[in-house]
Amino acid sequence: MSKRVVIIGNGISGTTAARYIRKWSDYNITVISAETDHFYSRTALMYIYMGHMRYQDTKPYEDFFWTKNRIELIRDYVHEIQTEKNELNLGSGRVLPYDVLVLAVGSKSRFFGWPGQDLKGVQGLYGIPDLENMELYTQGINHAAVVGGGLIGIEMAEMLHSRHIPVTFLVREKSYFNHVLPPEESEIINQEIRDHHIDLRLETELKEVLGDDSGRIRAITTSAGDEVSCEFLGLTTGVTPNIDVVERSNVETNRGILVNAFFETNAPDVYAIGDCAEYREDGIGYRRLDQLWYTGRNHGKAVARTICGERTPYKKPLFFNSAKFFTIEYQTYGTIETHPGDEIGSLLWQSERGKELIRINYRKEDDVVIGFNLLGIRFRHALCEKWILEKRTMPYVLENLSAANFDPEFYTQYEKDIVAQYNQQNPGNQITMKPAKGLFSALFN
Amino acid sequence: MQRYDVSFQLTSPTTQFDTQEKVGMVILGLGLLTWVVAAFGIGNQSAELTFYGGLAGIVVGSLIYFRRFLKKPQGISHDGTWFTKSMLGMKSMLGWTLGIIFTGFYCILYWQDAWLANLIPIFNPLSYALKNTAADKWFMYGTLYTLAVLVMGVRMLYKYRHNRYQILRTISVMFFQLGFAFLIPAFLVMLNRPEYYFSYFWPLKYDYLWPGTVNWLSGDGSVGIFMIFWGAVMFFIATPILTFFFGKRWYCSWVCGCGGLAETAGDPFRHLSNKSLKAWNIERWLIHSVVIFVVATTAMLWINSATQGSILGSASGKFAQWYGFLIGLVFAGVVGTGFYPVLGNRVWCRFGCPMAAILGMLQKWFSRFRITSNGGQCISCGNCSTYCEMGIDVRWYAQRGQNIIRSSCVGCGVCAAVCPRGVLKLENGPRDNRYNGPVLIHQDNVSVTLDTNWTPTGGTGRMPATQEDIPVLTDSDWNSMK
Repeated sequence: MSKRVVIIGNGISGTTAARYIRKWSDYNITVISAETDHFYSRTALMYIYMGHMRYQDTKPYEDFFWTKNRIELIRDYVHEIQTEKNELNLGSGRVLPYDVLVLAVGSKSRFFGWPGQDLKGVQGLYGIPDLENMELYTQGINHAAVVGGGLIGIEMAEMLHSRHIPVTFLVREKSYFNHVLPPEESEIINQEIRDHHIDLRLETELKEVLGDDSGRIRAITTSAGDEVSCEFLGLTTGVTPNIDVVERSNVETNRGILVNAFFETNAPDVYAIGDCAEYREDGIGYRRLDQLWYTGRNHGKAVARTICGERTPYKKPLFFNSAKFFTIEYQTYGTIETHPGDEIGSLLWQSERGKELIRINYRKEDDVVIGFNLLGIRFRHALCEKWILEKRTMPYVLENLSAANFDPEFYTQYEKDIVAQYNQQNPGNQITMKPAKGLFSALFN
Repeated sequence: MQRYDVSFQLTSPTTQFDTQEKVGMVILGLGLLTWVVAAFGIGNQSAELTFYGGLAGIVVGSLIYFRRFLKKPQGISHDGTWFTKSMLGMKSMLGWTLGIIFTGFYCILYWQDAWLANLIPIFNPLSYALKNTAADKWFMYGTLYTLAVLVMGVRMLYKYRHNRYQILRTISVMFFQLGFAFLIPAFLVMLNRPEYYFSYFWPLKYDYLWPGTVNWLSGDGSVGIFMIFWGAVMFFIATPILTFFFGKRWYCSWVCGCGGLAETAGDPFRHLSNKSLKAWNIERWLIHSVVIFVVATTAMLWINSATQGSILGSASGKFAQWYGFLIGLVFAGVVGTGFYPVLGNRVWCRFGCPMAAILGMLQKWFSRFRITSNGGQCISCGNCSTYCEMGIDVRWYAQRGQNIIRSSCVGCGVCAAVCPRGVLKLENGPRDNRYNGPVLIHQDNVSVTLDTNWTPTGGTGRMPATQEDIPVLTDSDWNSMK
C-alpha cells in the first residue's frame, strides 16, 4: 500500500505541499482543515468584506481539482497528535493513521492580555471565522477602532472605511509600519491613511477595552488618556503560531514548531512548514519565524521534495514582499533596512504628487545594489532579483532601469527622474539610461 | 461546505448617496422617462423638445451622478460590487429583471417595431441634421447605442482616472463608436452614398464580404469600390499585422463597437462572467462553431453566385438567412447584449463573435502580445479572475508565475489594474519563449544546488491538472525584459 501523507492545514503551505507531493508521487494524500472545506486565499479576506469578491472567488482551484488530483480533503479538528503511534485523533472521534505528517497549522492572532479583550466586538483578523464575526459585529455601528501598525491593521482600517464606518487607528510606533519601512516610505503611508479620513493616532497604545451591560465593547481608553467610543475593535498586534494541539504532543516547540533545514521536527516523519515552523539553526536566515504567504509556498514545495525521496535542505531565497496600503502598492526586493549603517548608500526619489517612491540601496564600498523599495510603482521581480544576485553596481542598474518598470503601458515613467537625481548627486559619475522599448519601438525591432 | 460558502453577499452595507448624486439620479431619471413616455405617445408633440430634453437629462444627470467616482481618492473602487443591493448575475432577481428588459428591447426592435412607432419620430431632429432623412428604427438604435457608449465611457474615465491605459482605451472606443459607427455612416447617407461602417469587418459584419453587399457597393462606383477594398484589406491584411504586433486588443477593446459597448456600458457587469473550466469548454465549442458557420455560409454564397445557383440552388440563401437570424440577431443582439446583467458584458464576444475567434487564433499563435506575470509576487487573491470579462481564470496562470496567452483575451487591462500586488502587465515583446513555463521565482530555490532537472524517486504519479515542469529562466526571458 502506498505511503499515507497527512497534512494538517489547508492554507498556502499545506496546499502547496499537497500539490507537489501529488505531482511527484502516488502517495495517498489527505489534507485536514477545521476552517474551510477548500483552500482559499487568506490574503483576500479583506476583499470579501469589502464586496470585491465572494468567498468562492477566493478559491484558487475549482472544487473538482482535489478529487481529480486524488487529494482527500477532511473538514475536522485535530484533537491529538500521537507521534509514537503515528495517529491523529480528530474532533469527530475518527482516528487517522499516517506514515508522514506535515504540520501546516499556520498562525493565530496575538493579543497581549488587555483588560476587556474578550468582550464581544473585539477580535483579530486571520481566518473565515474572524470575517464572520467582523460581519456580525460591524452591522450598523457608528465607530470602530483598530490597534496595531502592521499590514493587517491597515487592511482592517480599509475594510471598515469601505463600509463608511469611521475608524480610529492606534499605532504604537512614531510612524506607521516604521519597523519595516524607512522613514520616508512610512511617512507617505501615514499621509495615505489620513487622506482616507482615518483617525490615525501615532505613538498611542491601547490601555483598556470598556464594555456595556450586554458584554459588548462600547469604548477603549488609550495610553494618551483618551476614551474613544467604538462598537468594534480590531486587534492586529501580530500573529503567533497556532500550535496548541502540537504543544500537547511530543513534537518540540518554542514559539513555533522547531524544525531543521529539512523542516523535520524532533518526531520521526513529522514535518512543519509555513507560519508555524520555527527554524532551529541560524543557517536558514535571520528570522526564525517566517510568516509570509510566499514563504509558505516555498516551504510547501521544499518539504514535498524531501517527502518524495530527495532530502533537500531549504535555503532561504532573496527576500521579496509586497502589500497594498489603501491605493498605494508596495513592492520590495532584497535588503532595505529602516536605518542602514553608514556603509550603505540610498538613492531615494519621490514624486511631486507624494504617492510614488523609488529607493535603491547599495554598498558604498563597491557600489553594489542590495535592495529596492517601491511605492506606487511596479518593478519586475525577476530583473531586480537578478541584478541583486549578480551584484550589479549602481551605474549598471541605473543604465538599465527602464527595463525594470512593470507599470501598465502609457503610465508616466519616473526612471529618468531618478537617474537625473543620481547624476545631480554624483557629478563625477554621469549615467545615461537606455531608453525603454515602448509600443511603437516594438513595431520596428 | 455550505456553512462557510455564504460569501456574505446577503448582508447589505449601506450604499450612501449624497444630495448631488440624488440630484443627478433624478435628472437622469427624468431624461429617460421623457423618452419612455414618448414611446407611448405622451409628450411627443414636439420632437425637438422631447428628443433634446430627454438627451440633456440623460447626459447631464449621468455626469452629475458619476461624479461620485471623483469624490473617492483615485484607484480601484469595487467596494460593494458583490453585495445584494448591487448584485447581479445568474442568481439574482435584479440581474434577471434587467436581463428581461434588455432582451425585451432587442425583441421589440427586431420583431415588433410597430410598438416603436411613437418613439422613432422623436429621433427625427437628429436624423435630419445628420442624414437629411427621417429616422428609422436603426437610426434610433444607433443613437441609443452611441449614447450608451459615450455616457458610460465618461463613467469609465472617472472610475479609472488613475490608469492611463484605461483612459486612452476608453477614449478610443468612444471615438470609433461616435465617428466610425455613427457620424460617418450618417454623413454617407446624407451624401447619397452607401451607409458603410468602416470599423466593422467580415466576419463580424458578415455580409460585408457576401456577394449581395459586394454587388450593392460596387454599383456605387469608386466610393463603393473603396469600401469593398477597405473591408477586404482590413480583414485579410491589416488584421493579421496589427494582431501580430499588439494582440487582438487593437480591435476588440480599442476599436470594435460591440467591444466599445461592453467596455463602457458593460463595465458594471464584467465580474459576472463565468470562470469555470466548463464555461471555457462551452466557449470553445460555441465560438468555433460560429466561425465554421460563417465561413461555410460565405463560401456557399460565393459558389452560388459564381455558378448562378446551378449547384446549390436556394440552399446558400437559406443558410445566409439563418445565419443572419440566429447569429446576427439572436446571438449578437438579444443574447449578446441582453444577457449583460446575467452572464457578464462579453457574452457575444466570448461565446459567439467569429471575428474574435479568428483574432484569438492569431493572438495565440502569431502575436507578440502576452500578459506577463511578475515573478513570484502573486498572492492568489483572485481579483484578476473575478474582474476578467472574458471569464479567463487569470489567477491560474499568475500564481504559477506563468504568462497569460489566451485566445479569448481582449486586452482590456483590467486584470492588471485590479491586481493589488503589481503582478500583471499587458505587453508586446519578442515571441521567443512567450509561452514561458512556470517560472515562479524561488519555487525551485529550495536546495543548495539548483538542480532543475530533478526527478522524483518516490513514485510515478502525475498531477494531471498542472504542468509545472519548466522552472528555469532562460536568456531569452531576460532579453525579452530589456
